[in-house]
Amino acid sequence: MNSIVGKLGWAMVSLFAAFGLAALALHRGESVNAVWLVAVAVAVFMIGYRYYSRFIADSALRLDATRATPAQTRNDGLDYVPTDRFVLFGHHFAAIAGAGPLVGPVLAAQMGYLPGTLWILTGVIFAGAVQDFVILFLSTRRDARSLGDMIRAELGSAAGWVSMIGILAIMLMLLAVLALIVVNALAKSPWGTFTVAATLPIAVFMGLYMRVIRPGRVLEISAVGFVLLLASVWLGGRVAADPQWAQVFTFKAVQLTWMLIAYGFVASVLPVWLLLAPRDYLSTFLKIGTVALLAVAIALAAPVLKLPPVTRFIDGTGPVFAGTLFPFLFITIACGSVSGFHALVSSGTTPKMLDNEANARFIGYGGMLMESFVAIMALVAAAVLEPGVYFAMNSPPAVIGTTAESAAQAIGGWGFTVTPDMITQSAHDIGETTLLSRAGGAPTLAVGMAVILHQLVPGEGMMAFWYHYAILFEALFILTTLDAGTRIGRFMIQDLIGAAYAPFRRTESWLPNLAATALCVSGWGYFLYQGVKDPLGGINTLWPLFGIANQMLAGMALIFASVTLVKMKRERYAWITILPMGWLLICTLSAGWQKVFSADVRIGFAAHARKFGEALAQNQVLAPAKSIADMQRIVHNDRIDAALALLFMSVVVILALLGLQVAWRARRAGAATAMEAPYAPAPGR
Amino acid sequence: MRPLPAAELLAGCRGALRKLAQTARLAVGIPDYQGYVSHRRLRHPGEPVMSYEEFFRERLAARYRRGTSRCC
Repeated sequence: MNSIVGKLGWAMVSLFAAFGLAALALHRGESVNAVWLVAVAVAVFMIGYRYYSRFIADSALRLDATRATPAQTRNDGLDYVPTDRFVLFGHHFAAIAGAGPLVGPVLAAQMGYLPGTLWILTGVIFAGAVQDFVILFLSTRRDARSLGDMIRAELGSAAGWVSMIGILAIMLMLLAVLALIVVNALAKSPWGTFTVAATLPIAVFMGLYMRVIRPGRVLEISAVGFVLLLASVWLGGRVAADPQWAQVFTFKAVQLTWMLIAYGFVASVLPVWLLLAPRDYLSTFLKIGTVALLAVAIALAAPVLKLPPVTRFIDGTGPVFAGTLFPFLFITIACGSVSGFHALVSSGTTPKMLDNEANARFIGYGGMLMESFVAIMALVAAAVLEPGVYFAMNSPPAVIGTTAESAAQAIGGWGFTVTPDMITQSAHDIGETTLLSRAGGAPTLAVGMAVILHQLVPGEGMMAFWYHYAILFEALFILTTLDAGTRIGRFMIQDLIGAAYAPFRRTESWLPNLAATALCVSGWGYFLYQGVKDPLGGINTLWPLFGIANQMLAGMALIFASVTLVKMKRERYAWITILPMGWLLICTLSAGWQKVFSADVRIGFAAHARKFGEALAQNQVLAPAKSIADMQRIVHNDRIDAALALLFMSVVVILALLGLQVAWRARRAGAATAMEAPYAPAPGR
Repeated sequence: MRPLPAAELLAGCRGALRKLAQTARLAVGIPDYQGYVSHRRLRHPGEPVMSYEEFFRERLAARYRRGTSRCC
């Protein structure tokens, strides 16, 4: 009886999802409500979890609840702890969720909400959640070893080295892009700058409290810190309203860049308990709280999507990023559909706490569905804005100029009606002097969140409060990623150089520490500076490179997973990982190829360099450059970006070839050759 | 004897709250301290057990040391 009811229920969910998707896709005319889009997404997630993840668990992976997990065999009460699955789910989600799923969908909204929604949903079901789940499983079967370690063991040490260099390059790219988002959000915004600067003393106060006053009392001081943060958002409004104080906290993008670079260096060599850890705590709690708040707000406010389902910019002429729907949509939305970075969390940290192998499905697959839900909400937040305002915020000055009038005219020319008044009024509503060309996703998302939350909690000036709250929330965890990432990058550099010169590996000695930190900071700092000086708006150039890098990492993780399935003699099911792997390789390689070789100067680095190089040879200055020095820098940057794209492509091609070779050998072997830890029975089962 | 429904409800709430606090702490890298203590007592009797303060410091250092990574 029960099973009949259950089957009927699932049939209803499936029907709802199918009709909902069809309605979204074929919808013309009147606007769609955001609740509808979210409901369809949830139905798709439920079906994917119920059917596809169970199929993977039972057939390809054959999860074994009787097998002891690393948390059980190596339980030390510290790193390896069998943990309640709901508690672990929270931990895993907090570790994988970051700025990525919030930014990509906002940028992709230039093509309309439909392409982004469809890619987020199919991507997560068939690629992202599969990757997280399979990697979590494989790492659990290998004593919770890291992705790099596992690649070295299963694919050989050459593959291990190649992936290590790849991971470091991705890391630097990621940090540069995230820092650029913060710079774009804070430039000429005294309110935002004050609020974000206030997090430093607040964090130091929390750090001292946890170290000296009441050691280890994390939750109470985090609550205090949260109240102080809200107070700083309020105070920021007063600062911005005061002409004298506003001057003190008004900075140009280049100034903020140097401040961030200096900050990144200092923060990552300071003892972690003083600044990094307390701010990490704040940003983790704020992140989860705000995501929950946004979900509740969308459900209650039920805003209408103002963005059309599909815009003309699928043809590749969009102002936010250049390039056609294929392949550029698929690298613009990375986290939320599939993110290589999760493979680093799913191996190493989470498997050390799994209390039962069977729970890998709930944590790995389920956790990624949750992240995808966040991406859908980010897309909604961008889509509830007036399209004209969205484009005013996300187009570079080279395209829309620097005044509300020129922006309204340019955007009107694309077929989106917007008046200069609307643009100035929107900026005024959120307590800013301008919102033109604040590319990078964070400000757009903040305006969208402010619009939604304002429908829920109306009131004079509340919109500006919510906007700066949202900016703070994003800047906070981006800065945390920045120093944590700089530390990780520093360790990677020390490992890489240490392989040639052993004393460099010692993390406790000062000289290698400072040298590696400086190398890491100048790595991302270079790209950040380049992005800030880029007259086309750095996001335009850097986000595709980051997207290619991140999807390439996912491709690497899936290559490893596919080869390992073959080595386990489960090649019948290897298509589960080969399918998304193939798609990611096609997308990243063709996007990389276009970024380097496309004859369109808006896309191809080489063509762009050639155009500016030829003009330079005749001593001409082409807009948007203003001097010969600008021209030289543009040509130089184009060459470096092209080289980087080529590096990413060769890393993934080399790994694919090495994987193919190993898989070929494993197929001909008589028995399974995967290197799993030996079976041990789970206690009490 | 069955406990009163109110008492049962209260206990349920307390349990849920404890789990929530445990989740929040683990989200920033600090596992359950009671779990650590009972593990040490059970598996390593007679050996030293870190105080909560020492445990906290050790976990904090572990969260940011070599070989840990996080997402974008």
